[in-house]
Amino acid sequence: MIIILKKEVRAFLSSLIAYVVMIVFLAATGLFMWILPDYNVFDMGYANLDMLFSMAPWLFIFLISAITMRSFSEEKRAGTIEILTTKPLTDLQIILGKYFAGVVLVIFSLIPTLIYFYTIYQLGATKGNMDMGATWGSYLGLFFLASCFVAIGIFSSSISDNQIVSFIISMFLCYGFYSLFDLFADFKLLGSFDAVIASLGISAHYQSISRGVIDSRDIIYFLSVIVAFIWATKTVFGSRKW
Amino acid sequence: MQVLQWFTGGGVWWRIFYAVAHAGRHLIKPALSTFFILLLTNIYMSIQVEQLTKVYGAQKALDSISFSVKPGEILGFLGPNGAGKSTTMKILTGYIPQTSGKASVCGFDVAEQSIEVRKHIGYLPELNPLYTDMYIKEYLLFAAEVQGVKKGVINKVDEMIERVGLIPERSKKIGQLSKGFRQRVGLAQAMIHNPQVLILDEPTTGLDPNQVVEIRALIKEIGKDKTVILSTHIMQEVESMCNRVVIINKGKIVADDVIGKLKQGLSGDMQITIELKQQIPVDTLKQIQGVKDVKQSGKKYVLRCEGDMREQISVAAATNGWILLSMSAEGESLEKVFQKLTKRSS
Repeated sequence: MIIILKKEVRAFLSSLIAYVVMIVFLAATGLFMWILPDYNVFDMGYANLDMLFSMAPWLFIFLISAITMRSFSEEKRAGTIEILTTKPLTDLQIILGKYFAGVVLVIFSLIPTLIYFYTIYQLGATKGNMDMGATWGSYLGLFFLASCFVAIGIFSSSISDNQIVSFIISMFLCYGFYSLFDLFADFKLLGSFDAVIASLGISAHYQSISRGVIDSRDIIYFLSVIVAFIWATKTVFGSRKW
Repeated sequence: MQVLQWFTGGGVWWRIFYAVAHAGRHLIKPALSTFFILLLTNIYMSIQVEQLTKVYGAQKALDSISFSVKPGEILGFLGPNGAGKSTTMKILTGYIPQTSGKASVCGFDVAEQSIEVRKHIGYLPELNPLYTDMYIKEYLLFAAEVQGVKKGVINKVDEMIERVGLIPERSKKIGQLSKGFRQRVGLAQAMIHNPQVLILDEPTTGLDPNQVVEIRALIKEIGKDKTVILSTHIMQEVESMCNRVVIINKGKIVADDVIGKLKQGLSGDMQITIELKQQIPVDTLKQIQGVKDVKQSGKKYVLRCEGDMREQISVAAATNGWILLSMSAEGESLEKVFQKLTKRSS
């Protein structure tokens, strides 16, 4: 698994994708946080990273779909999947290797945003006057959200050998899991069930963990989404043997 | 009950020997374990295929084929396109499962002990897929690590680059290589962990004649101490590289023999070409006992005879006063054998 992970990370770094994704992510969040009028930190006047944490999920829907779309599609199209599956590796090792490579890339692109954090920290009305719990909670939430998106992306990649198709499916699923449940709950059609529906979406749990309270229900939710999609990927990937 | 089955199961002796051999590697001298492994590979067939069947939807790609390959043998797997060569190889490497039947490699069942099988196999798939954006060395390092090579990986990669003749290209990306060199990378990738069995699916397709000769020489050299199965639809390839040939057509084995025997065995006929100074009536040639058929083109006559009849023909020429300018004899070419076999069963 570690070997696949190493190979995948290297493939990311030797192709342009990783750099483009990181630059786009940092540029977009940087613009919204510091430069574009009305919403930037100086105009808002609050020492927090809310802009980053509300922007990042939307950016991740595109960017994570972009980095994971090739993981299986490309191998299937080029036929290298035959090389990979005839090496002494189990299917799960291959999938997890690719999955964690995606997660590593996400961590790489999150690390530079610590600079934003440091800047805000310094800018507080009295230095360091910011809600640390909420900030770290949001980072943790963002990490889990991104991990879910990577799992969704890997799954989408496994069901098609066309990268564009994988990309679109992945974006749709990410968006659906992030936001559709929430939107549906907003219609208030089901009375008390609305809360249940909302809690099926990533958004509700992301917001809950962003408050800085690490609730085991949120962690379990994120982990189960990840496990469910990896399991689905394994099923799809194993279906070549049916 | 489980234990009992384990002990009565087919692969048990292999497992015991193997365990001893590997324990020996750490406990006694490495030489001893090498001895055990050698002993084993000679007791067991490297590849054993029994009643293997593969059905794709309504189509039978393989129809209960059986064959076995001894250690050290180079087996040519011959057949027209779509005969089931690649399917067999994909089953042996564990890429797809069989519908029914059994196959084992080095004593390990391909369906049940897939990972063990894959450890002992080097596989070059058809069309040789490669990671084109990796460097040669990077790719071979990856292949070695995935195969569980631990000690001296870098040395092994360098050695392999030298062995397959990739030195002039070694700092390039795979995508930049020509087809011949890519094929070498594919071969290097298959052999990097020094497997006992090499499975090569059409290793020379798409190469130019020089490259074909080079790759064949390379495979022949590798094949000295390994079991090799290679598939092809080119006859000369089999003639120049293999000890034994299995001809497969429409999912069935139509011939499985040593090459020399196969060429003779079908009809035993020989073709003798003679050139005479004068023209003679064809019938006089047909009267010689054993001559089945004569074709004339100018002063050249092509005789189909039962076996080698050069002696009788020269005697006939002498008694009839023909002046014999040249005479040559040949058995059936493997190509003809192939055509006959694959047509007969269709």
